[in-house]
Amino acid sequence: MARVVVDVMPKPEILDPQGQAVANALPRLGFGGVRDVRQGKHFELDVDDSVDDDTLDKIAEGFLSNPVIEDYVVRRVEP
Amino acid sequence: MRIGAVTFPGTLDDVDTVRAIRHAGAEAVELWHGDADLRGVDAVILPGGFSYGDYLRAGAIARFAPVMERVIEAARGGMPVLGICNGFQVLCEAGLLPGALVRNHKLHFVCRDQWLRVERATTAWTGRYEPGAEILVPVKNGEGAYMAAERELDELEGEGRVVFRYLEENPNGSRRDIAGICDDTGRIVGLMPHPEHAVDALTGPSDDGLGIFLSAMDSFVKGAA
Repeated sequence: MARVVVDVMPKPEILDPQGQAVANALPRLGFGGVRDVRQGKHFELDVDDSVDDDTLDKIAEGFLSNPVIEDYVVRRVEP
Repeated sequence: MRIGAVTFPGTLDDVDTVRAIRHAGAEAVELWHGDADLRGVDAVILPGGFSYGDYLRAGAIARFAPVMERVIEAARGGMPVLGICNGFQVLCEAGLLPGALVRNHKLHFVCRDQWLRVERATTAWTGRYEPGAEILVPVKNGEGAYMAAERELDELEGEGRVVFRYLEENPNGSRRDIAGICDDTGRIVGLMPHPEHAVDALTGPSDDGLGIFLSAMDSFVKGAA
């Protein structure tokens, strides 16, 4: 078994109104100095050792993210 | 003519879609997400709603429903397919239409009557309209902002594949005020607003949406002739 993390983020050129709303709320809560916030998705997958990197890439690109609007990063981490 | 309306778990507007198909005088065929065939329909509509709860992304899971295998196959074979709202999102996720629908720019779910311009009246779903016709239909979505790369948007504009455009205030931040587009054959059309809610002045803001369903019947008759 291995733990795999997939992070999916909106592409830089795609407007991220959720991230902006979070960024705009911070000063109102008294937190200064945060210039920008981007909001994405974080997936944790527990996979069998038989699942190779190529397969993980297909899962991330073809399903967990939409390549039109999002970028993804796949990482294997210690369980 | 038999027009199918697909129900996924979480679809909401299948009943109004079926009603609109019948109102136009066609035979409505109710299709289920688990269906393995399209029951001999001549065209398919993917109605609006929140298929699979919009989990992951709107339309991302519906795209893999068994019935979608048949819809994608039929669409590639030339069958007219219309995606309304969530159905538009499904068509984009399935790769039958380019681009993607993302969260509205002001984060609000917008529900109101919206003026649109019919930019292209030569698709399988818009033949009844005069080019440039202005129609009033409801719009209701939380993730309706149409996005695509600039190059892709230029291509859509250049090839006349922007089918509907928002007039007056853009409700969701869609690039270039795009409300609906089509594929390169004009048989696959997707739009965010809801023509099926505007087929009778008694229950909608107008009956301007009825033309969509009548257009499908026209193109079927033309195809058969």
